[in-house]
Amino acid sequence: MSLDKPYLDVPGTTIFDAEQSRKGYWLNQFCMSLMKAENRVRFKANERAYLDEWAMTEEQKQAVLARDLNWCIRLGGNIYFLAKIGSTDGKSFQQMAGSMTGMTEEEYRNMMINGGRSAEGNRYVGEDGDAQAHRQPQGSAGKKGI
Amino acid sequence: MAKITASVFTSHVPAIGAAMDLGKTHEDYWKPVFAGYDFGKQWIKDNKPDVIFLVYNDHATAFSLDLIPTFAIGTAAEYEVADEGFGPRPVPKVIGHPDLAAHIAQSVIQQDFDLTIVNKMAVDHGLTVPLSLMFGEQDPVKGAWPCPVIPFAVNVVQYPVPSGRRCYNLGQAIRKAVESYDEDLNVHIWGTGGMSHQLQGPRAGLINKEFDNAFLDKLINDPEAAASIPHIDYVREAGSEGIELVMWLIARGAMTDVAGGKPPKLAHRFYHVPASNTAVGHLILENT
Repeated sequence: MSLDKPYLDVPGTTIFDAEQSRKGYWLNQFCMSLMKAENRVRFKANERAYLDEWAMTEEQKQAVLARDLNWCIRLGGNIYFLAKIGSTDGKSFQQMAGSMTGMTEEEYRNMMINGGRSAEGNRYVGEDGDAQAHRQPQGSAGKKGI
Repeated sequence: MAKITASVFTSHVPAIGAAMDLGKTHEDYWKPVFAGYDFGKQWIKDNKPDVIFLVYNDHATAFSLDLIPTFAIGTAAEYEVADEGFGPRPVPKVIGHPDLAAHIAQSVIQQDFDLTIVNKMAVDHGLTVPLSLMFGEQDPVKGAWPCPVIPFAVNVVQYPVPSGRRCYNLGQAIRKAVESYDEDLNVHIWGTGGMSHQLQGPRAGLINKEFDNAFLDKLINDPEAAASIPHIDYVREAGSEGIELVMWLIARGAMTDVAGGKPPKLAHRFYHVPASNTAVGHLILENT
């Protein structure tokens, strides 16, 4: 019998459940290692070599090198683990969260100051809110090069 | 005997800690957030607890994917402040209350809640930001938090997380456990995390003031109804990380009205958007 997963129809959202956790085990454990200052130094000195010490898939390594957090999450990453990469890069949580929306830092910050993203149209896949797949990327950062 | 006299509820946004640590509290962006805690800072001086039972979640800090306890009680004498990737916060280490913690662990397990007992762990912003908000800046070396703290970590990182109902019932068991401790102690129970926020994906930045304020209303006046909210409602309405609000139900469940006593007094209520990605909520309830 399959597990009950009522959260699969929430747009722009990946719930970190046991299945995602299995997929992302080494990716997330690599992130944990960045809580030690000496590991942050080694990672920054040669990211590829440091990543090669972990039993991650090649795609997971590419997603980390690209700092593409949406990609990392698709591959089993969890934001609280991935935040260690951002901290290593000197990024705030707001910069990290904003990077997943396609908005510039300023656009995202302004959205938050203006009360944040509305839940309207963003509760179920298939509605017309700004987090829906057909409305990505949302800001000018994601439209660069298009 | 020991008694829970009050519950404190607050968000534990890491950027709030960073704003304090970097001296940004007087910036226009942060002023309204900290103003919401002026009352609580004075209140806690006037109502100083002997021990704080602090419900929070670990953010992939002490617990990696190697070990994911649903409910973990800290029974250590002290707790280091964690390095979450940018060095530890400059705040004092946290002193525990091993004797009361061990007593609560035994009592609560005997009431059929299978806690994990932790004798060594570092504590992250989930625990230290609420302390900073209520007690203000403290020198990391010469300073000290005013009272011992029992950390109680809840898994809200990997699904499935405990239901609101489970948390609410657990709070009732914790109240019984505290009241069966012989020493006269004034205990506060704090529920932290939330309110609405989502930190991931194209839906990042979701805030829902209507949901949050309805949740505060329910938590104060009809905690049974708050305990009945299913996980999926938090995710849909309050964002994927809004699920942290289940932790508030542990603290609420520990109030005496839930066991047939009088309704608590609402000493303070505060709500503000935003702090970084998050809606900040804060309540103080006193047992009467």
